[in-house]
Amino acid sequence: MHIPDGYLGPATCGFFYAVMLPLWTIASRIVKKNLSAKQVPILAIGASFSFVIMMFNVPIPGGTTGHAVGGVLVAILLGPWAASIAITVALVIQALVFGDGGITAIGANCFNMAFVLPFAGYYIYKAISHKSPVDSNRRVIAAGIAGWAALAIAAAFAGFEFGIQPLFYKTATGQTLYCPYGLSVALPAMLGEHLLVFGWVEAIVTALVIKYLQKQSPELLEERRKDR
Amino acid sequence: MKITTKLWIGLAALVILSPLGLILPELFKAGSAWGEWGADDFRELTGYIPQGLEKISALWNAPMPDYAFKGWEEKGLAQLSSAYIISAIVGIGLIVLVIMGIGKLVIKKVD
Repeated sequence: MHIPDGYLGPATCGFFYAVMLPLWTIASRIVKKNLSAKQVPILAIGASFSFVIMMFNVPIPGGTTGHAVGGVLVAILLGPWAASIAITVALVIQALVFGDGGITAIGANCFNMAFVLPFAGYYIYKAISHKSPVDSNRRVIAAGIAGWAALAIAAAFAGFEFGIQPLFYKTATGQTLYCPYGLSVALPAMLGEHLLVFGWVEAIVTALVIKYLQKQSPELLEERRKDR
Repeated sequence: MKITTKLWIGLAALVILSPLGLILPELFKAGSAWGEWGADDFRELTGYIPQGLEKISALWNAPMPDYAFKGWEEKGLAQLSSAYIISAIVGIGLIVLVIMGIGKLVIKKVD
C-alpha cells in the first residue's frame, strides 16, 4: 500500500500533503494534551511494531505481495491520534531511508495508513467492544474485525487514489502520465487483495496481541481518557 | 518483568523473523505489491512507461533501497536476509530516536 513516487500526479500529491498538514497539527496537539511521558515508550514500541510488521510481505502465490500495517493495534492502545503520529514516523522513515513509498506520496500514504486506518480501526473496535469487560473475548474479536476492516478500507482509499490518475493525466496519444490503471482496475485490485488476504494478517496480529495484553497488562487496554 | 521489556523482546523476535517477508514471496513466486512496480516493469505491463512516472520515480535515492544495501540487487537470499535484519534494526533505532525527540518536545513531564 506504499504508493511510490511517480504513480500520483503533482496535484494529487499536493492535495494529500495539504490534507495531512492540519491533521498532523491536531494530532500533535492532542498527543501533547493527553499522552503522559510514561506512555512515550509505548508510542515508540507502537511505531517500531508498525514498521517491522510492514516488512513481513505476504505472498499471493504467483501474484502480488502485501502486508499488515499494525496500526489498528497502536490505535486501540494509545488512541487514533497518537497512532497517527506513530505510523507517520514509521512511514516517513520507510520513504526516506528505505525508498518504500514515495517522497512525493508521503501525504497520500500517511492519509491512507496513518489517518484512515487508525481511525477506522479505532472506532470499529470501540463500536464492537462497546462496554464489554477489558478481559472479554468480545474485545479480542472486536480487535480482529477492526484490523481486517480498517486495512481493507485504507487499501480502498489507496486504490481510489491510484485509479483517478488516468482521469486527470493523459497525453495527446492517450498514454497516461502517471498510474495507468483506472478505477475499474485499481479499486477492486487493492480492495480485493486486502479483504481476502492481507486483512487477515492485520486481524490476527491485532487480536493476538490484544489477547496477550489482556493477560499480561490489562491496564493498557483500559480507556483512561475521553477523546484520546 | 515490565510489560515494555516484554514488548521489546517480542519486537526483537519479529526483527529476527523479518526475512520471512523476503523469503516467502520468493518461494511462492510473488512479485511486487500491487502499484509498487518499478518504472521498467511497465514495458511488460502496459507496453509503455508513463512519462511522468518515469521522471518522478527517479526523484529520490534512498540510502538503503528495498531494505538492502546499494548495489545488492543480485545478492543471494542469505545476504539479503542479513541486510533485511540490519534494515529493521536501523529503522527501529531511527524511530525510537524520533519518538523520543517528539516526547521531549511535545509531551509533558509529569503524569
